[in-house]
Amino acid sequence: MSEAIERIQSAIRGNKIQVFMKGTRSFPQCGFSAATVQILEELGVPFGTTDVLADPELREEIKRYSNWPTIPQVYVDGKFVGGCDIIRELYESGELQALVKAAVGQGAQQ
Amino acid sequence: MDAKEVETLIRQGIPDALVEVRDTTGGGDHFEALIVSTMFEGKGLVERHQTVYKALGDAMRVRVHALSLRTLTPAQYENRR
Repeated sequence: MSEAIERIQSAIRGNKIQVFMKGTRSFPQCGFSAATVQILEELGVPFGTTDVLADPELREEIKRYSNWPTIPQVYVDGKFVGGCDIIRELYESGELQALVKAAVGQGAQQ
Repeated sequence: MDAKEVETLIRQGIPDALVEVRDTTGGGDHFEALIVSTMFEGKGLVERHQTVYKALGDAMRVRVHALSLRTLTPAQYENRR
């Protein structure tokens, strides 16, 4: 297993909500990453981020790992949920709030 | 790459699809697309988008920088109108 996969898996395991993005949470380097972070911040839930621009090997590996060609990518409870469009769509329909609540709530009980 | 080319590639992969593609910046690498197909029935959003990405193949990796997707079944499309 490549080291990049290990870094991906440890980020996903370590955070109930994990975002692979361009730039950092405070300084996103792409409009789609910025929009994704903004939605999660609006939900007021804790989430982890990984800057793929700072890790070229991981940036390539994550596309294979998720079978998804673009960044950002959001994982909730270890499962790939989607990129910016899907996060936005789920947020608008209220499904994201439910999904995130279930994941974070579950963590609190453990 | 222009919007028509993107449309053609998507139609090749999803033959029954209604496809509308718009170049959002005029630069030939940022697009948004509305795609309506029976192939999306019973599939979640991740699988639907993966179907579109697969149709685009290498173009998605090399020539398209950003693609915003709206993927609907014919029934969902009817409801929105």
